[in-house]
Amino acid sequence: MNCWGDPACSSTREQKLHAPKQEIALLVNAVTKLVTSSGDGSSFQGPSITEFFPPAIFFAGTPFEINRIILIRFAMAAILILLFWLATRNMKLVPGKGQSLAEMALDVVRVNIAEDLLGKKDGKRFLPLLTAIFFTVLAMNIPGIFPGMNVAGSSLFGLPLTLAVVAYVTFIYAGLKKHPGTFLKASLFPPGVPWPIYIIVTPIEFFSIFILRPITLALRLLMNMVAGHLLLVLCFSATDFFFFSAALDQAAWARFFGIGTFAFGFVFTAFEILVAVLQAYVFTLLTTVYIQLALAEEH
Amino acid sequence: MLQALIVASTEETPNPLLPAPYDMVWSAVVFAIILIFFWKKVLPNVSAMLEARGAAIEGNIEKADAAQREAEEALAKYTAQLADARAEAGKIRDAARADGAKIVTEAKDLASTEAARITATAKTQIEAERQSALVSLKSEVGSLAIDLASGVIGEALTDDKKSKALVDRFLADLAASEKAAK
Repeated sequence: MNCWGDPACSSTREQKLHAPKQEIALLVNAVTKLVTSSGDGSSFQGPSITEFFPPAIFFAGTPFEINRIILIRFAMAAILILLFWLATRNMKLVPGKGQSLAEMALDVVRVNIAEDLLGKKDGKRFLPLLTAIFFTVLAMNIPGIFPGMNVAGSSLFGLPLTLAVVAYVTFIYAGLKKHPGTFLKASLFPPGVPWPIYIIVTPIEFFSIFILRPITLALRLLMNMVAGHLLLVLCFSATDFFFFSAALDQAAWARFFGIGTFAFGFVFTAFEILVAVLQAYVFTLLTTVYIQLALAEEH
Repeated sequence: MLQALIVASTEETPNPLLPAPYDMVWSAVVFAIILIFFWKKVLPNVSAMLEARGAAIEGNIEKADAAQREAEEALAKYTAQLADARAEAGKIRDAARADGAKIVTEAKDLASTEAARITATAKTQIEAERQSALVSLKSEVGSLAIDLASGVIGEALTDDKKSKALVDRFLADLAASEKAAK
C-alpha cells in the first residue's frame, strides 16, 4: 500500500490493477478517521445488501422461514385481496366510488395491455394471469415507501424470479399450444434468412428468447426495488446522522447537509411511487409482448 | 485492514441473486393466492358486470329506438287523421254548399211556380168576374134599356120573348159595331 510511486516496488502491475481500490480505501480510511476521531465512536453506517436479509421471525432455518420482508408480502397480499374483494363483491351497473377505482385499475391491464396487444379473444384468455402479475408486482413494490414497512416485497429475488418463471412458462405454453411443432423451429430459425446466417442467428435467438427474457424480467424488477430501497435508506440514514449524531457535535455546520439529504429522500420517495407503478406496468407489458410474439402468425 | 473488512463482509453478505428456499416458497404461495383470487373471484365478477352493463346499454338503446318508432308512428297517425278530418270537413262544406244551392233553387222554383199559380188563379178569377160582370151587365143593360125604351115608347114590352129578342139583336149590333170600330 505504501509503495506509491516507489521505483523499488516489486509488483507495479499488481499495483496498477489495485489502484482504484486503493483510492477508495484511502478515501474510506480518511472519512472513517474524520468521523470517528470526533470522539464517541458513533460513525455513519451506509446501507448494505444485508438490508434485504433481516433476521428470521418464525421457522428459522426451514424452507418456511418467515422474516420481515415475507411478513410484508403477506400483509400486502391481504390488503390487495381485501381491497378488491370490497370493491368487486357487489358490482353495480352504475359504479360507486370504490368500484370505479377498481374498474379503472383493472382496465389498465384489461384494455391497455391485454386487449391492445393480444386482441379480445387471446386477451381474455390470458387476462387472469396478466392481472395477477400486475397487481402482485404493484402491491409488492409499493410498501417500499409505506411508513413502517419501508421495504418492497419484490426486493428479495424470489418474487421477481417466481413471476418471471410464470411469464416464461406462459409464453412458451402459448406458443406451443398455438403452433405445435413449428413454434420452436420458427423461434430459433426465423424464416426469410439465408441458411448460413442461421449459424449466427440461431444461438442469438436462443439466448435472447429462452435465457435473456426471463432473466431480464426478474433482474429489472429486483434491481429497481433494491436500488430504490438502498437510495432511500442512504438518504434518510444520512439525514438522521447529520441531524442527530453526536459525532458532529464539533462541526455543527455539517448539520445543514441534513436538509439536503432529507430533500433528496423526499424526492426519491416520490420517485419510488412512480417506479413501483412503472415496474408493474413494464413487467406485465413485457410478459404480454412475449405472449404476443409467441402467438404471432409468423410462427 | 480494508482487505480484511471486505473479506469479512463478503463472507457475511448473502448473494441477492441466489434466492433462499423460503423466499421462493413464500413468493410462490403469495402469487398463487393472488392469481386464484383474481382468476376465480374478481375477474368473473367484473366480466359478468361488464356484460350486464353492455346488455343494459343495448337494451336502453333499443328502448329508445322503440320509443322513437312509436312516436313517429303516432305522429304519422295523427297527421293522417288530421288530413282525413280536413278532407271530411271540406266534403261537408261542399255538401253544405251544394245543399244550400239546391235549397235556394228549390225555393226559387217553388216561389216562381207559386207566383205563376197565383197569377193564373188571379187571371181565372178576373176572367170569371169579368164574365159574371158581363152577364150581369148584359141583363142589367137589357132591363135598363127595356125600361128606357118602355118609357120612351110608352108601351110595356110585356112580351118577354119579344123583348129578349130585341135586346139580343141590339147587343149583337153593338158587338158588331164594336168589332167594326176595331
